[in-house]
Amino acid sequence: MTQGKHTINLTLKVWRQNGPGDKGRFDTIPVRDVETHMSFLEMLDWVNETLTMEGKEPIAFDNDCREGICGMCGCVVDGVPHGPAKAMTLCQLHMRKFDDGDVIAIEPWRARAFKVVKDLIVDRSALDRIIQAGGYISINAGNAPEANAVPIPMGMAEKAMDAAACIGCGACVAGCPNASAMLFVSAKISQLALLPQGRPEAAQRALKMVATMDAEGFGNCSNHRVCEAVCPKSISIVNIARMNREYIKAGLVSEVA
Amino acid sequence: MNWLMQTLSSSIGKKLLMALTGLSFLGFLAAHLAGNLTIYAGPDAFNAYADKLQSLGPVLRVAEAVLLTFFTIHVVTGVFLFLQNLAARPARYAVSRNPGGKTLGSATMPYTGLLILVFVVFHLLNFTFVDKTGTTVFQIVAASFQNPVYVGLYVLAMVIVALHVSHGFWSFFQTLGLNHPKYMPLVSGAGIILSLVFGIGFGFLPIYIAFMA
Repeated sequence: MTQGKHTINLTLKVWRQNGPGDKGRFDTIPVRDVETHMSFLEMLDWVNETLTMEGKEPIAFDNDCREGICGMCGCVVDGVPHGPAKAMTLCQLHMRKFDDGDVIAIEPWRARAFKVVKDLIVDRSALDRIIQAGGYISINAGNAPEANAVPIPMGMAEKAMDAAACIGCGACVAGCPNASAMLFVSAKISQLALLPQGRPEAAQRALKMVATMDAEGFGNCSNHRVCEAVCPKSISIVNIARMNREYIKAGLVSEVA
Repeated sequence: MNWLMQTLSSSIGKKLLMALTGLSFLGFLAAHLAGNLTIYAGPDAFNAYADKLQSLGPVLRVAEAVLLTFFTIHVVTGVFLFLQNLAARPARYAVSRNPGGKTLGSATMPYTGLLILVFVVFHLLNFTFVDKTGTTVFQIVAASFQNPVYVGLYVLAMVIVALHVSHGFWSFFQTLGLNHPKYMPLVSGAGIILSLVFGIGFGFLPIYIAFMA
């Protein structure tokens, strides 16, 4: 591999919106000498530095850990949530994925349930409210229980862990042609439904989380599987099938209303 | 019965309605295709099949009523879902790209559905709600397919049906949560085969009749 500096010139078309009430617009920002070793967010930092020096308003975007595990970052880059790389958050995407002269469109997650706060930042508290509705287990607090008291087969633990990999970034909603949150909700339902600790409240959880999801104004699932393709954690739509099963069981068979 | 309405009116419940009613249409298509294939045995066999079907009387009426009910549920729920999904994203993306997953069948589902609705009405007006005194069903069908426009329309309609089935069949299993690593490849394959069987099975009939008559 060649060492040293590699730089490219880009044109960013960035969505700028002063607040939830603002109509918003695209700003065209030419960026010169972008180092390809930069992550996408570092590139935005760098652009913001220049904008600030010029006395202009920097681009507002969400971010936190910058190592792909917190779920804070994410924009739609050229029509794809988290950009062109598979199974990767925006902070893990590097500028070497782009070519010199590229025009890059950067838009916020778009969904009725996600209001734009500013520029590329959207309010994802709807996802929090879905978790509050049932994405937990109720236990008596106290000492940590003996780890091997409840035997869990390895395969089950793995499946639960795969679902629990969801970082709640909202890319599934952003990518879904219907702005549906089913992949998110199904991951959260699955991670608990697969384990014995989650079973006692499984029916109630399915009913309440789905009801909250619907009330928040997310769309419906039409099995496009785009969510799965854009998920930075590659969460499978097998989880949506499991959620459907859990919900149908809870609604039509269980005694929980 | 509040629990039933609550379940069925939810996002997953509406999908369930689409899936169950949709599956019944596959049963209908299979029966319809089986009947239509008698055309290959000649006009008499086809007319005999049509007479036999009509002689079922009340059984046929009940089946028709059930189909019509399911059809109404499928169309109304589908339109409702379509509008709800549109409303879930009031601001569209300036740039949109398929990052994988979406197929021609899945992306066109509401539109192929609507076209099938138009076709069904056209088809019924064409062959079912017509004066059949002094003529046979075969004669009506054969006369229609003398017109190449009709042949073209029917073949096109069957391509649309095949597209709709290609996404609909596996969606039924996914929606009901019938997802299993051992059976899912089989289900996906069966969906494609089924859509081809319907597409080619029905689609070739107008061409055959046009050339035979």
